[in-house]
Amino acid sequence: MATSRRPTRELQRAAAAVTDKALAGENPADMRRLLREMLLIRRFEERAGEQYALGKVGGFCHLYIGQEAVAVGSMAALKSGDLIFCSYREHGQALARGLSARAVMAELFGKATGCSSGKGGSMHLFDAEKGFLGGHAIVGGHIPLVAGSAFAIKYKGESGVAVGFFGEAAVNNGAFHEALNMAAVWKLPAIFVCENNRYGMGTALERASAIWDVAARACAYDMPAETVDGMEVLAVRDAVARAAQRGRDEKTPTLLEIRTYRFMGHSMSDPIHGHYRTKEEVENQKQRDPLATFRKRLEEARMLDAVQWQAMEADVNAEVEDAIRFAEESPDPDPAELFTHVTTG
Amino acid sequence: MPTLTYRDALNQALREEMRRDPRVFLMGEEVGVYQGAYKVSRGLLEEFGPMRVVDTPITELGFAGVGVGAAMAGLVPVIEFMTWNFALLALDQIVNSAAKLLYMSGGQVPIPIVFRGPGGAALQLGAQHSQSFESWYANVPGLKVVTPATPADAKGLLKSAIRDGNPVVFIEGEMLYNTKGEVPDGEHVVPLGVAEVKRAGTDVTLVAHAKMVTVALRAAEELAKDGVSAEVVDPRTIRPLDIATIAESVRKTNRCVVVEEGWPMCGVGAQVAYELQHACFDDLDAPVVRVTGADVPMPYNKQLEKLAKPDAAKVAAAARQVLYRS
Repeated sequence: MATSRRPTRELQRAAAAVTDKALAGENPADMRRLLREMLLIRRFEERAGEQYALGKVGGFCHLYIGQEAVAVGSMAALKSGDLIFCSYREHGQALARGLSARAVMAELFGKATGCSSGKGGSMHLFDAEKGFLGGHAIVGGHIPLVAGSAFAIKYKGESGVAVGFFGEAAVNNGAFHEALNMAAVWKLPAIFVCENNRYGMGTALERASAIWDVAARACAYDMPAETVDGMEVLAVRDAVARAAQRGRDEKTPTLLEIRTYRFMGHSMSDPIHGHYRTKEEVENQKQRDPLATFRKRLEEARMLDAVQWQAMEADVNAEVEDAIRFAEESPDPDPAELFTHVTTG
Repeated sequence: MPTLTYRDALNQALREEMRRDPRVFLMGEEVGVYQGAYKVSRGLLEEFGPMRVVDTPITELGFAGVGVGAAMAGLVPVIEFMTWNFALLALDQIVNSAAKLLYMSGGQVPIPIVFRGPGGAALQLGAQHSQSFESWYANVPGLKVVTPATPADAKGLLKSAIRDGNPVVFIEGEMLYNTKGEVPDGEHVVPLGVAEVKRAGTDVTLVAHAKMVTVALRAAEELAKDGVSAEVVDPRTIRPLDIATIAESVRKTNRCVVVEEGWPMCGVGAQVAYELQHACFDDLDAPVVRVTGADVPMPYNKQLEKLAKPDAAKVAAAARQVLYRS
């Protein structure tokens, strides 16, 4: 585990060994599936951004472009009984967890057919049957919920793990520390996934945090931790798999710092570069585009040919197009829905 | 019928509910080994073990959130706050998580959870330990707010709260734990949202909840000496609020005083007075008068503290005011 106070601008060196792992032994169909999921998120988010500009999507909208490998790699390592909690930048996790593009897009449109019946919106996507428990929009506020659901898993003697995704800005928040401490004291099957995209809105990690290696925070709780290259889908998958096994077998929590980068602004109201980062920095990071990188690797390994890629693109484009049409044509919630689901019974 | 303290009535409710439903567990500071800061959880660790009676670090935000997360995953947590003053640190979890998740998930994620602990002032505990927050929580859709005044209500309402299936803010009285009363054995359940007439009368209605019920009953005794028959109505839950029972009393007495320990601005009494002028405007022979805690942080000094709290004399004076006898 890296523990130096190294600037995050020198990303990923610690995890380089993992990223060079050969594709040998991997199933080509599985690899293409991972690529397709990343492509789906990319196209979905591009179109969601367009729909926002058209006024079809309201409120706040935080796009996941650039971070696709984190959601896709993570979900590939998890099982159906596991419980997933996310921040408000969670379209990618929702799609990777298997929520349909239709249900997510309809929720962005606020329609009755959305995955939260139009009552949640972009920041509050839910699918309880799939163990997808939100979409939470107070920074750090959902991290204790991860520990709580891990407590419930242990209490009931089940074999699942609870997984929480949050940004690096959340780790300076008390909720993060309180939750990690309890997860460690009580030995809970939890995985705390910090998606370090280097900026909490417009504030760089180096400007907000006394130490720059998020994974180093785990030593305060005697918790296993890893720093992971978040631009490499297989590195993420393998790290999450190790953490999940630790949770299932040893009932031990893990902190993963997954280093990634957001190619878009913080939200739709934030320009891509803004005042807080340069165009050069963004362009430089785009050289490490997780989608392009993985596609290239599959092509080099002869797991993907041009025909397969074109078919995949056409298929994904059609799926997103269908989702938009579905969202557009779906009804708004009935006015009577205003007063339902406040309390049960 | 056995006589129990308010503390032991709560203990009985917890014990019976934990025996009835294995999903129910208790979590909070000092609930286990220490047997509860106010001994409400005495003996529960011994009966149910450390997985169901869980001592936490002093991290209200954290363990309130752990409770909500456990509820999301199918358990029925009872989260004890040593006092509701400390729960301010957990306000984000109560308001932003517990109260919201059912709604913003489109009904997919119910949160069956009870947050409980003592509220209100005790004696000379100073400004940070002497506060009543029921009106704060009652303002939030998605929460229910329960304020038992007697041992029987403490038991019956806690059992209902645990079974309710929604987030319930259950505010006990720090000064009530030692009070005694008859409590039915076994299955005694008091529904949420049903007020009770604690003393029948004909001349004036005194509306009071939690510890203020005792104050109102004492005021009623005083008023009786002057030949005034006061009826004391205890809403028992602030949300849902049983305005129908309160209004029924006011239609009979035509006069009303609302007593609460909390501050006056946007308080419980403000809501009751508003609802009453809608429900029985033509029946009121005088404007509703409120008796509240003074609009200041609670002072430490004994004399100042006494001045800051509602008491029987203040309530009796307010009753005379609405009777135009002052």
